[in-house]
Parts: sequence; structure tokens; C-alpha cells
Amino acid sequence: MTLLLDQNEMRETLEKLTRAIAGAAPTDAPVAVVGIRRRGETLARRLLPLLEKCGVKAAHYGVLDITLYRDDLTTIGPNAVVRGTEIDFDPTDTWVVLVDDVLYTGRSVRAALDALIDLGRPRAIRLAVLVDRGRRELPIQPDFVGLRTDTEAHHEVKVRLVEVDGVDEVVLYDRSGER
Amino acid sequence: MTAAASDKPAWTRKHLLALADLSREEILYVLDTAAGFQEVSTRSVKKVPALRGRVVVNMFFEDSTRTRMSFELAAERLSADVIDFAEKMSSTQKGETLIDTARNIEAMGVDIMVLRHPAAGAAYHLSQAVNCCVINAGDGQHAHPTQGLLDLFTIRERKGRIEGLKVAIVGDIVHSRVARSDLRGLQKLGAHVTLVGPPTLVPRTFESMGARVTSDFDSILPEMDVINMLRIQKERMTASGFPSVREYVRLFGMNRQRLKRCKPDVLIMHPGPVNRGIELAADVADGPNSSILRQVTNGLAVRMAVLFLCQQAAATSSA
Repeated sequence: MTLLLDQNEMRETLEKLTRAIAGAAPTDAPVAVVGIRRRGETLARRLLPLLEKCGVKAAHYGVLDITLYRDDLTTIGPNAVVRGTEIDFDPTDTWVVLVDDVLYTGRSVRAALDALIDLGRPRAIRLAVLVDRGRRELPIQPDFVGLRTDTEAHHEVKVRLVEVDGVDEVVLYDRSGER
Repeated sequence: MTAAASDKPAWTRKHLLALADLSREEILYVLDTAAGFQEVSTRSVKKVPALRGRVVVNMFFEDSTRTRMSFELAAERLSADVIDFAEKMSSTQKGETLIDTARNIEAMGVDIMVLRHPAAGAAYHLSQAVNCCVINAGDGQHAHPTQGLLDLFTIRERKGRIEGLKVAIVGDIVHSRVARSDLRGLQKLGAHVTLVGPPTLVPRTFESMGARVTSDFDSILPEMDVINMLRIQKERMTASGFPSVREYVRLFGMNRQRLKRCKPDVLIMHPGPVNRGIELAADVADGPNSSILRQVTNGLAVRMAVLFLCQQAAATSSA
């Protein structure tokens, strides 16, 4: 087990991420912050006040449940509880920041893009992730990244957040001995 | 990369045959999943790709409008292809057995069979004979699990809980698969169930299933949180053991006077279709205590959840 980010480093990383988003946010389109359930949702919620400090007031906040859009239902096992998408605004012509905790294969983001586009036609969608662990399987790249780290397939990157897990940290586990 | 491999799957069933088979946790898992599906029906594009490329066949050997439509729409909202098996035009009329018919349909590459059949146990029988998922949409007097689930869902939605609630089911209990499924589900979730009707239609044998049985509807009204009025099947009216319509309405019909004696927030349910003026007065059916249309709406979300979970379990077990 390797600690990638502790509590302080996570705070700094989120602030850095926020500054990058704020620097790119347009002034002529409403900004929408949309988190991917479940930790992307929590991160997106945290970004709202941070963005406001940087002078960007998000017009909308929403949550995407991508369970029904995944292409790997058979491999994740029947554990995911479908909690539903909560997007109570029309994403058409908004500038959407899609937020997730870990970017890995890119399949979650592919599913999220499909889910979002089913709801409307945003002006643009940008992708913000706390950790990019590499090893993409799809041509999807983040626009804003908190931490980039190279990993192997037998690694697991776990983002823990106070709201969900009681602690703020990012940890890397080596699962090679468990298979 | 989410869900740790050590977690025990919350749902592993590829068939849904009866609520009696399910644990309390499994029932709650379906209800929670259904809650997640509700939002799909509020979108402008009412579709998600969860069952894209899958084929659902509706096999209805009994007339049904809402259950058939509900399953069809649920499957279509999950992007499945739906085919309809109409018994009257089929070769079962030429003497083919249910299992032969089902195997022939399965050979065309079907993933889920939704079966409504007049014989109790038909869905179980079918599930033993085919490899695809089987969802029971009502088998004889035995079970109607998705109706039971949507009733539980509606009660939980309106009351915030099920545990500890007092629920009356009123009508022709002995012939009702809805009553049996509701009873099983409610008991597993900790509700107290009272079965109400004339002794010929509510035999005391139901007491052995843990329900209270009474033919005195008026005496129990004030304590009930939920009253589920079953449809009186007019085709049974002529059968022995059935009171006259007038007598039934007088003793067991829900009307404005009876409603006044109930708790102000009592939930009045009905599985539909309603015989207005018989088991349920029109003003009560359309009043604020009634959840009849909400049950229909919720039925869609519950059936989406059931189709999704069973298909997912089947795909996972064969992977």
C-alpha cells in the first residue's frame, strides 16, 4: 500500500485543479459541474465553493449515474446500486465540467458522455479528474488533472473522501499477490 | 474497479418467480434499484442502453392489459427488443405444450421470458426448462411478484417505511395471487397484515401464514395505515361462496363513509382495473388517499429494475 495523497496534499491538489478549471471557464456560457457517482459526485460538490473563490459561479450542479450506460456490467458484478441521475437542468448550451475521482480505462467517462448527451447538447464538455492512473483503453483524455501517476493493471487506486469514507486520502494497492 | 471482489453480490437470481423465495435484503435491493430507475421516465429521452441488444418476450396466456404494457414499456426503456407472444394466434392452440413453445422461442435467441399463465407454478416449471431468465407476471392463484414489489414500493414511497405498518388486504383473498404476493412481501418487511373478506373468500387457513383474518371490515378501519382493495372478479360472482354484489358492496366496499373512519393519511391501494362502485367508490378511487395511478407509474420502475437485475445476474453467472 502506497499513500499517493494525504489530507493536506488532497486539499492542495483540489485547489490546483480548481484554478485550472477556473482559468478555462468561459464567461459567455453557464458553467455546470457534473459529478459521476459516487466519488465524482462528492468531488464535484466540493469544487463548487472552491470555484466560487476563484471567481467562477457554477450555474448548475448535477450527478450522473452511469450504471445503465456501462459496457462492462458483466465484469463488475451485480453490486452497483442504480441510484439514478440527478440533472435537473437542460445541459444544452452549458459548459459542462465532468468530474470523476480516478481516470483509468476511460470506459466510465465514455458511459458518462453518452448519459449526458442523452439529456441535451452541451456547448462543451470538459473532463476533470483527481487522479489519472493511465492505462486507457479508449481514446479519452482529461482536460484537468490533479495527480498523474503510472500504474500497472494489478494496482488499485482508491480515492477516499471524508463525506463517504471518513478520511481524505488517495492510496495505491498492489493486488498482484491476491490473484 | 469499484465494487470489491469480496463483496457478496446483492442479487444473483436470473429468475423472479415468487416473493416467497426472496430474502428481506433482496426485496429491499430491488426497491432501491427501482428508485434509481424512476428518473429515466421523467427524461425527454426515456431510454437508457442497459439492455441494448437483449430480447424480451412477453408470453401472456391470460388477458392482461396493464401488466403486459408495463413490462413492454419497461423493457423498451432499457433499450431491449420486445416480442409479443399472442396465445390465440399461436401453436399452443394447435396442441403444443408450454415448454415446447418456450424452447422454440428460446431457440430464436431470447434473453428474458415474461410469463403470465393460468396455472400456478407455470413460471417455475418454465424456469427449469429454459436457460434464459424467467419473470413471473402472474401464475394462477400462486404469485404475482412484480405487483407485490410495486405495492411495497408505493407504500414505502408514501409512508417512508414498511416495518410496523398495519396493512389490510380486502376482497377475494383465496383466489388472489396479488394478495399472496403482497402478504409475503409485507411480512418479510415487518408489516402487520390483516386479511378482510367474507369467510368463504378469506379462509382461516391464512392465519397459519401469520396474517390476521377478519370479516368485520368496519372494526379494523381506524387502526389501518394502508388498505389494499382487491378487484372483485365478476366472472367469479356466480360461483358458490360469493355473496351478491349488493351485499359485498355493503360489507366490504370502500366508500366515503368508511374512509372518514380511517386515519386521515390512510393509503388506499388497488391493483386495477377498478370496478367503480363495487370494491371502491369512484370518489375514493380518485381522491387524495388513493395511490392507484402512482402504483401504475411505480410498476414501470419496478419492472425495469427486475428485468435489469435478472439479466445482469444471468450475464454474470455465465461470464
